[in-house]
Amino acid sequence: MSENKIGREIPDYIENIGELKPYESPFAYQPTTRKFGRKISKTVPGQSKLLNSIEEAIIRTGLKDGMTISFHHHFRTGDYVVNMVMDAIAKLGIKNLTVAASSLNDVHAPLIGHIKNGVVTKIETSGLRGPLAYEVSKGLLDTPVIIRSHGGRARAIESGELKIDVAFLGVSCTDIYGNANGYNGKSICGSLGYAKMDAQYADQVVLITDTLVDYPNVPASILQSDVDYIVKVDAIGNPEGISSGAIRLTKNPRELLIAKYAAKVIEASGYLKPGFSMQCGSGGASLAVIRYIKEKMIEDNIKASFFLGGITGSSVELLNEGLTKKLLDVQDFDLIAAKSIGENPNHFEIDASYYANPHNKGCAANLLDVVILSALEVDTDFNVNVMTGSDGVIRGASGGHCDTAAGAKLSIIVAPLIRGRIPTIIDRVNTVITPGETIDVVVTDRGIAVNPLRKDLIKKLRKTNLPLFTIDQLKEKAEKITGKPEPIEFGDKIVGVVEYRDGTIIDVIRQVK
Amino acid sequence: MYKLRRTMMFLPGNNPAMVKDAHIYGADSIMFDLEDAISVYEKDAARLLVYNALKTIDYEGTETVVRINGLDTPYWREDLEAIVRAKPDVIRIPKTQTARDVEKVEKVVEEVERKAGIPVGTTKLMAAIESAMGVINAYEIASSSKRLMGIALSAEDFVTDMKTTRSLEGTELLLAREKIVLAARAAGIYALDTVFSDVNDDEGLANEVRLIKQMGFDGKSIINPRQIAIVNKIYTPTQKEIEKSLRVIHASEDAKKKGLGVVSLNGKMVDKPIIERARRVLTLAKASGLSIDEGGEELV
Repeated sequence: MSENKIGREIPDYIENIGELKPYESPFAYQPTTRKFGRKISKTVPGQSKLLNSIEEAIIRTGLKDGMTISFHHHFRTGDYVVNMVMDAIAKLGIKNLTVAASSLNDVHAPLIGHIKNGVVTKIETSGLRGPLAYEVSKGLLDTPVIIRSHGGRARAIESGELKIDVAFLGVSCTDIYGNANGYNGKSICGSLGYAKMDAQYADQVVLITDTLVDYPNVPASILQSDVDYIVKVDAIGNPEGISSGAIRLTKNPRELLIAKYAAKVIEASGYLKPGFSMQCGSGGASLAVIRYIKEKMIEDNIKASFFLGGITGSSVELLNEGLTKKLLDVQDFDLIAAKSIGENPNHFEIDASYYANPHNKGCAANLLDVVILSALEVDTDFNVNVMTGSDGVIRGASGGHCDTAAGAKLSIIVAPLIRGRIPTIIDRVNTVITPGETIDVVVTDRGIAVNPLRKDLIKKLRKTNLPLFTIDQLKEKAEKITGKPEPIEFGDKIVGVVEYRDGTIIDVIRQVK
Repeated sequence: MYKLRRTMMFLPGNNPAMVKDAHIYGADSIMFDLEDAISVYEKDAARLLVYNALKTIDYEGTETVVRINGLDTPYWREDLEAIVRAKPDVIRIPKTQTARDVEKVEKVVEEVERKAGIPVGTTKLMAAIESAMGVINAYEIASSSKRLMGIALSAEDFVTDMKTTRSLEGTELLLAREKIVLAARAAGIYALDTVFSDVNDDEGLANEVRLIKQMGFDGKSIINPRQIAIVNKIYTPTQKEIEKSLRVIHASEDAKKKGLGVVSLNGKMVDKPIIERARRVLTLAKASGLSIDEGGEELV
């Protein structure tokens, strides 16, 4: 055990994972290896990639005990692919697999059974939610889950730290040779930004679709030159859960108040000027920030250069109204965004490495001016937890949180000061996903705290009538109402290892009692 | 100094999530309801919650108002017994019909103040007028107690009493509103308008606020934080009004310095009401977050 630079106890070695490098600072780690290259294969004229079933695909890939398989989470809670593939694998009696998904959520609860039966023994993911997350928190797996950010996963794939034997990638349409996208077909999800990584680096790639289209299906998000096999099934997902309609703009006064404050912070920060760039989450307050910023952009004739990241209908509106030149899109959150990416050439699909990989020649997150991020907990060192709840149970996702916080010139956390009777700002967060030194401002409904490292921002915001406090003052405000929460009791067993985007270990998650 | 009461936000007194931070949205006053929004089964829970909230939560200077139950119910005395001890700024009396109603409440408030060791007169009152009789007695009510800070129209009960319904134009409320403003002004207290219940009709609300502002009301009751900005925007003075008010105030300061009894601006005499109005305009402007170049002097 040793303490990393932000005071978290990190084991030196974990069985089945290996030696752990403790986190130092956002840009300290210097990569030394070469880019990973996958096994070369061949496809000869006349050879068909189209197979009859998922079972056949599993057999043809030669999937064996102990291998690593991967999935993407573009189908979100509508995903059928993970469960279909895992059931088929279990039937074939293959065991001891590592599941490396870009994220897992509530619909992946059946993985619990596959873990209990020994089919799956290791998970690497950005997020875990629902019953699976609960069971993992209780100690279901012997080897801790590796939690990576979206940029961190791209980095791990490119560096070979995460070697994928077989990627099973759901696509909303493909031709018979594997030119695929996510914006045509029955079950559209829009960008396939995370899947693009697996397609380029996995030893073998199996596409699973419910819509076959004529060859050549170009332009394509995933190219034929990366695809081994294709399986057509009845349905790859439930469109309702993938991306239904438009995310409704919030009417919640608390979220609107937070958004209004955040928009004023952005305005006063000086970053809101022609050519600025921004990323917003899909939460109520985040989306409302876009609405307020948009009013200001129109008023002052400010046009953005790009909006990045998870894209929603609100960003698409900005593009269509000429308020941003481009959307750089790694993932879509609603149907408007999912459709737009197939229609508007300025709505540009990017992969996770382009988006946020810290160890490539330059990711888009590096060029962000402003990012709006959420938080379950923030501590008085500005460290942010988006992974574990106040009960210590895993219920979140690392996502692009630490990637964009590190990249953006202004990273803003938006969160209510109190949720129910639980304070958001506390002495020490349960799990650090994003280190405080990369967070600039915390905006709550009861006041705003600026990281003391940003003296320039403090000076600018003091000129406004925004309710500024120190982070300790905000914590006290919350505690005055909620009291001081009792610390959670954890067991000794480590159930999760949280990688920072550079592959160093920023925190571990312990078993809940 | 003119105290701003542009918005008085209603919230049910039995909802902890709302009660705990009702002040953060920037309403000038917040009103915890123990009356119509609370079912009979919840009366004691609401009373207890509001009492404890007022005792423990720092509302950071926002005026706190508690609407007690009507004098025709068995709850109002118990409401006062508890709430006066928690020291809200104002007790709102619902369904006020006559000056006698205010006196009845005042008597109990005074008793509780004495018992609790609170200086007599600390608790202010306001009277909500909700019936034809109340409107007819508006001045009598408005001038019935020194504790009274204002009278308010409560339209829902009023229109029922009048055997009509509410309209967007507010024709049915015209006389009641006029009588209430008139009575409040004659008594030297605040005149507060009724709620606009359709929280999704921003334009309808804005029209009604423009009307009542022009009639002379100091502000309006609201039922959702989203209504605050709309009301405040209309109560925010224009740049022209601000500039004119600044000139008036500067002229009055000049006259004071020179020891002149009469203030004049551009050759015209400026009398006391104009100066008073100018001060009110600047208070409203400041409250709206407008920066006013006052030439380095604190003017309001």
